[in-house]
Amino acid sequence: MSLSKISLRALTRIACRNQAKAFSNDSPTFPGAATSWTEKLEFLTPKTYGPIPVYRVMDRKGNVIHSEQDPKLSEEIITKMYKDMTKLNVMDKILYESQRQGRISFYMTSYGEEATHIGSAAALDLEDLVYGQYRETGVLVWRGFKLSQFMNQCYGNTDDVGKGRQMPVHYGSKDLNFVTISSPLTTQLPQAVGAAYALKGKNRVVICYFGEGAASEGDAHAAFNFAATLDCPVIMFCRNNGYAISTPSREQYAGDGIASRGPGYGIHTLRVDGNDVFAVYNVTKKAKEYALKENKPVIIEALTYRVGHHSTSDDSTAYRPKEEVEHWSKTESPINKLRMHMESKGLWDETKEKAWLEEVKKDVMTSFAAAEKRPKPNWKEMFQDVYKFMPTHLKEQMDQMEKHVEQYKDKYPVKDYAN
Amino acid sequence: MALNKLALNCVLGSEVRVLYNALSKRTHFVYQPDKKAPVDGEKTKMNMFQAINSALDTAMKTDNTAMIFGEDVAFGGVFRCTIGLQQKYGKERVFNTPLCEQGIAGFAIGAANVGATAIAEIQFADYIFPAFDQLVNEAAKCRYRSGDQFNCGSLTVRAPCGAVGHGALYHSQSPEAYFSHTPGLKIVVPRGPIKAKGLLLACVREPDPCIMLEPKTLYRGAVEEVPDADFVSQIGKADILRKGDNLTLIGWGTQVHVLLEVAEMAKEQFGVSCEVIDLVSILPWDKETVCESARRTGRVLIAHEAPLTSGFGAELAATIQKECFLKLEAPVSRVTGFDTPFPHIFEPFYLPDKWRCLQGIKDLIDY
Repeated sequence: MSLSKISLRALTRIACRNQAKAFSNDSPTFPGAATSWTEKLEFLTPKTYGPIPVYRVMDRKGNVIHSEQDPKLSEEIITKMYKDMTKLNVMDKILYESQRQGRISFYMTSYGEEATHIGSAAALDLEDLVYGQYRETGVLVWRGFKLSQFMNQCYGNTDDVGKGRQMPVHYGSKDLNFVTISSPLTTQLPQAVGAAYALKGKNRVVICYFGEGAASEGDAHAAFNFAATLDCPVIMFCRNNGYAISTPSREQYAGDGIASRGPGYGIHTLRVDGNDVFAVYNVTKKAKEYALKENKPVIIEALTYRVGHHSTSDDSTAYRPKEEVEHWSKTESPINKLRMHMESKGLWDETKEKAWLEEVKKDVMTSFAAAEKRPKPNWKEMFQDVYKFMPTHLKEQMDQMEKHVEQYKDKYPVKDYAN
Repeated sequence: MALNKLALNCVLGSEVRVLYNALSKRTHFVYQPDKKAPVDGEKTKMNMFQAINSALDTAMKTDNTAMIFGEDVAFGGVFRCTIGLQQKYGKERVFNTPLCEQGIAGFAIGAANVGATAIAEIQFADYIFPAFDQLVNEAAKCRYRSGDQFNCGSLTVRAPCGAVGHGALYHSQSPEAYFSHTPGLKIVVPRGPIKAKGLLLACVREPDPCIMLEPKTLYRGAVEEVPDADFVSQIGKADILRKGDNLTLIGWGTQVHVLLEVAEMAKEQFGVSCEVIDLVSILPWDKETVCESARRTGRVLIAHEAPLTSGFGAELAATIQKECFLKLEAPVSRVTGFDTPFPHIFEPFYLPDKWRCLQGIKDLIDY
């Protein structure tokens, strides 16, 4: 008999019988857990279970290991994946250098983590809402955020939709359903859960990115538990890149990474090779299907490596060996892996590579130069958007400052700001 | 005493226990109901928890994206504010969350980000601090930092606050000053049922994130005729509850009732005519009403339950001093809780009660 044919009354009868059985046959009846007795006094240890294995599709040479795991993406999609990963890479190089030259105040690269961004973004739809940490620039690249938009934000010029209020790389785009980044770590996790709750039944999922360091914050615990108990269609995507600034993951947690926490919250969990763009694509696709069908959360832990410094304010040679970084940037590069895959299928070659890199470099430089030339927004924008409508006390402060700037205009960089 | 015996006999009857507590409790104020209704029409006699319940009911009825959540709200809430709402609006819209304040606030911000009306409850204002980061760094700054691309304006946080007779350190706090230092938030404190209903509906519909701190001693202790209609009380507007010429008394929440009684005492004992202002809204606050009164009377006393140092009274005093300097006849006075944690058995000596306020008035007159 199929389950659907069992009547509700029968189900209730079964439930009652089971409960009666539980009371009569000496099973535990504690409300806190549905379980069995044991008379063996034994610790449960991390070794009771083996570590969660890492799902991969390609080997280090970019060969698909089991063809049934090949997502069989079109040539167009694969090429876009590669181009977006390299575009992100080129943009990172130029903006990183520009910070070194003092032209922008701050920057954070995505080196080594390109596949986590692109693979997951490709598996979702534009309608799906993204909450990020700060190292998910590739998701925006995939969604079509223009080079000029990245540059405008980093420069905080008149064309920045964020009106120059936040530090560089704190991107956001209403049009692309990418919620504006904020610096406090992990705050976006319970927010993503709340958004997913409110979007339930609208055929959209929410994806929320965070690093393994951020997962130590209390907000991560809050989010996992709320997502599970309130049945929220949210994908919690952890980029475990081995470091939180200088802190190696062994000082961040003692368990089996982040993935092992998922089952503890009652959450379906996947661990994936974050340097394998197809593997990331597959797990995200599956996570979305499950989240939508069941209205439940999924945790994905993508194992990867932070090849670049934490930020432009960090010199990572102070806390990790050069050889380690070299290994990951050469042997385990997600970009190289995809390139080898494409070359073996005849989708890419050295000529294409050269032409593409030249083109994208030119594009980045052009939008960079244009962004640098634009003035900053009118300084009075400082007072807008604190509230929907400006309250009297803020208006007074703005007017006072206007008078002051008028009197002392040679003391302020007025000419750099729009009128 | 009969009641004592009754209470002992019915230790399990919570209603009796509450009644017993209410009758035996030494309250430091006499509730003064609002005489004027803000709108015409039918009225129902309600205490403050019932008025809040009525506001929540109205909010849910008029906005199908509205949802109410927090710890123990499903069965009606530990203060009965959400009673009957889950039955009426379903488990998807009125639900318990896990016991985690930062989660509640973060979840609320996210729901508001996508346009839902999120009405979150923090069980006691004393426990809002785990959510401080979410409220201060996130909710308050969401619109600003995104250049108005994203906001969480449809978010309201409700939290019971203030002295209750025996709440000690963690069931008595008045944390309004912490939040008043946060641009982007709006903060209100009602003085009774009518105000609570109007302010809560205003908060829910305001396009900015709001915190309503509800003096919990008024939940049952304050009863008045509350309009059945759907109405809002303006955020940012103070109420002059008693007109006077010689002295301005400013307070909010329960303290307003202390000040109303003190004003009467001052009139009887010193022949002094006090103006009593309920500030209502902590952020933004009504500078115009306050300063107009201060300029007229020349003497100002501010009273709040929270500690003195950096309490919201300091902000008021500094502004009054700046705006009304030439009209002041005496330094602005503050009668507040002491710079200690909120104590259990010493509560009668801690609160800025009518006698301390009366003495404050005398000192102001004698200055």
